[in-house]
Amino acid sequence: MSHHMVEVKNLRHSYPDGTLAIQDISFRITHGESIAIIGANGAGKSTLLQHLNGALTPTAGSITIGDFPLTRDTLPAIRRTVGMVFQNPDDQLFMPTVYDDVAFGPLNLGLRGEALELAVMHSLAAVGAETLRHKPPYNLSGGEKKRVAIATVLAMSPDILVMDEPTSGLDPYARRQLMQLLGNFQHTKIFTSHDLDMVLELCPRVIVLHAGTVVADGNTRQIFADRNLLSSCRLEQPLSMQGCRFCQNTPY
Amino acid sequence: MHMADAIISPAVGGTLWAISAGTIAWCSKKVRPRLDDKIIPLMGVLGAFIFAAQMINFTIPATGSSGHLGGGLLLSILLGPQAAFLVIASVLTVQALFFADGGLLALGCNIFNLGFFPAFIAYPLIYKTIVGYSPSQVKRTMAAIAAAVAGLQIGAFAVVLETVASGISALPFSTFALLMQPIHLAIGVVEGLVTAAVIAFVYQARPEIFRTSLPGTPTPPYSVRGLAVAFLAATILTGGVGSWFASQQPDGLEWSIEKITGTAEVAASQDAIHTMLVTLQGQLAFLPGYSFKQGAPVQTDATRPAMGEKNSATKEQGNKLATSLSGLVGGILTLAIAAFIGFALRRRGTTA
Amino acid sequence: MSNITNALLDLKQLELLADGNTAIHRLHPLARTLVTFLFITMVVSFNRYELIALFPFFLFPIVMTTRSNLPCLFILKKVALFLPFVLLVGIFNPLFDRTPLLQFGSLTVSGGWISLFSIIIRSTLTVAAAMILIGTTGFSATCQALRNIGVPQIFTTQLLLLYRYLCVLAEEAGRASLARELRSCGTKGQGISSYASLIGGLLLRTWGRAERIHGAMLARGFNGEFPQGSNAGFGRADIGYCLVWSALFILFRLQNIPLLLGNLVTGLFA
Repeated sequence: MSHHMVEVKNLRHSYPDGTLAIQDISFRITHGESIAIIGANGAGKSTLLQHLNGALTPTAGSITIGDFPLTRDTLPAIRRTVGMVFQNPDDQLFMPTVYDDVAFGPLNLGLRGEALELAVMHSLAAVGAETLRHKPPYNLSGGEKKRVAIATVLAMSPDILVMDEPTSGLDPYARRQLMQLLGNFQHTKIFTSHDLDMVLELCPRVIVLHAGTVVADGNTRQIFADRNLLSSCRLEQPLSMQGCRFCQNTPY
Repeated sequence: MHMADAIISPAVGGTLWAISAGTIAWCSKKVRPRLDDKIIPLMGVLGAFIFAAQMINFTIPATGSSGHLGGGLLLSILLGPQAAFLVIASVLTVQALFFADGGLLALGCNIFNLGFFPAFIAYPLIYKTIVGYSPSQVKRTMAAIAAAVAGLQIGAFAVVLETVASGISALPFSTFALLMQPIHLAIGVVEGLVTAAVIAFVYQARPEIFRTSLPGTPTPPYSVRGLAVAFLAATILTGGVGSWFASQQPDGLEWSIEKITGTAEVAASQDAIHTMLVTLQGQLAFLPGYSFKQGAPVQTDATRPAMGEKNSATKEQGNKLATSLSGLVGGILTLAIAAFIGFALRRRGTTA
Repeated sequence: MSNITNALLDLKQLELLADGNTAIHRLHPLARTLVTFLFITMVVSFNRYELIALFPFFLFPIVMTTRSNLPCLFILKKVALFLPFVLLVGIFNPLFDRTPLLQFGSLTVSGGWISLFSIIIRSTLTVAAAMILIGTTGFSATCQALRNIGVPQIFTTQLLLLYRYLCVLAEEAGRASLARELRSCGTKGQGISSYASLIGGLLLRTWGRAERIHGAMLARGFNGEFPQGSNAGFGRADIGYCLVWSALFILFRLQNIPLLLGNLVTGLFA
């Protein structure tokens, strides 16, 4: 079954000034999977993510989303399928009120009146932000902004949810709230994150990037157990896997 | 340079509003984004940027006083005239609405004075002309200074014209101009220097920002260039030479006062009738500026029985006092009534 | 730096006020805008020497403030803030206009002083009216009203985006400015070159932000046109509001009510 599948083949991307951001990346993600792409800063995570909805065009290689290869003509359809949530919600919430922001996508898709109202309220309910509908974005807390940003994307009913650093900048409570939310989503989920504990909880599969190439792709627990691999990619084990330094117990 | 509602007349305010609104409409038509063109979010955030940048100050070296970036020229260089005008208009609108920086009726004047001249005259005719096709840092700096000075000089001059034409302020044209032009000459030089410095900084980091050709900015033909240079020269002449000339006059200020108000020793009664009737005329006139022509006395309004009695010269001294007293009493009463109505209508409890 | 925080606080307070739910708030924004503009036009159409005749116009800001629960002090503070700028021009009036106009016994008041006070009254009235307008009309509602009267969409979109990112950029600018201040040890180092690089850096980050926002817009199907919400029409309350205040303003403009009142009262004692 090819629907909602993301296939990346030999992806290569170099910036206009010549910097090679992505050397050669290939992977396949099937429907309903929950995957994290991890790596050091500058490993190519954000660049890779921006290819998934056509914001960036590959220098070489191909990307296929569902049944559509990523080309200029298929962009509108792909942007409907792939919902992208940015790292900084301020870049994503550009309308005067929460309601307007969530309604932006559906309006562009042609929804009006009842249908529009339904789509907006449904999305806000999915992230627990119904009470925020009339608020202007700058009056929201970090966690609220993150949730509303997700709602703006959900309103377009995407099949694939891509999120860049979802838990960054959140306090522990907001982080826990968001993780519960994401855990309940049935979409195909692709995250990038430095929060390896969240990755451990939410993503059974992980792809490790280093210097623009895939260094590991597989079961999260197994990869996180390999300390040498992680440190060679400038990463560490998740805190929950590192030993308790007070009682010297190492669970893994 | 932001004008207030309190010193303009409806005629001036309305005219400038019409001009500004028309210009906004024209620019809106011209700025048509292509799908991959990021002009819309760019205009939005650059407007916010200018707003924020205006709240940060720098100290001017020799004088020790502080200044801030105006931004009109910078916007024109980054966005092109039409988009820049829209951004400036939007910034001024928000300033007028939220920060009471400039009146609502005067907004039309402010948009015109602060937006039109940098975007449509200073930038295309002066900055682009000097920078030409082979820009260098020196050329850019000189161009920025010249353009900023010109834009601000003309803008300041427009403020003078609009204020005087409104007739609310008693500042005579020459004095006001003598105050405004030299000050804005200095401000213009500083604005030009700062704009050039910012451009240099940005060019070093991201030169492609300036390489993209912006829509709707054709190079002006040679004849227009000549006109622009002449225009610039005339502006600097007015500002610079005018102030030099005035300083040659030893008692410039007293000279202007005498010219406007006549000699101080005018007989009080004669003047009183005139001013009284002039006041009356003014109440009915829509263009109050015209009411100061010292012409023949007008018919009194039949609906003003109080005023009607005042025509005879013998009674007029005592009547003048009576009018003043009535006016005072009536004024106090009116305010009291207004306050009482407000108190009576106040909402009880909190809103629903 | 502190004026940035103050400016932001003012903005947020105004937006909170506009969120109220009084009868005034429920009026169509266009109705409020038209009445405000008529008010300002009538006030400034007076001859420069009119003083007492302006007083009835205070009814409008007083009634609006009390009926819409706007804090008086806030409005007065804004009026006071704006006064110095007006006085900058107005202060010349007594200087240049020595025509004696009123006499109270031995005290002669020149036209210049009358017109100065007239300017102060005008300023108070017009600034109060503008503040009341924005205090009862949220910004996006104002922009919607502007769309309704035919203001081009690209300009109203510009206003909305500007307003949206004002706070974000003001905070960023505030942080940058504070950082510079903390390392300036007094006023040294706050000259033009450090200002230019501070502003230049802010500009570069702003440009990058615009690119990201554009990406976000495209990701949600943006095709060059901003989609429109629904437009509410004028109701009976709106029409009534416009008519009543317009009639009052015209009455105040054509008749010198205080003078009539005063004559009435002094006539009683004469």
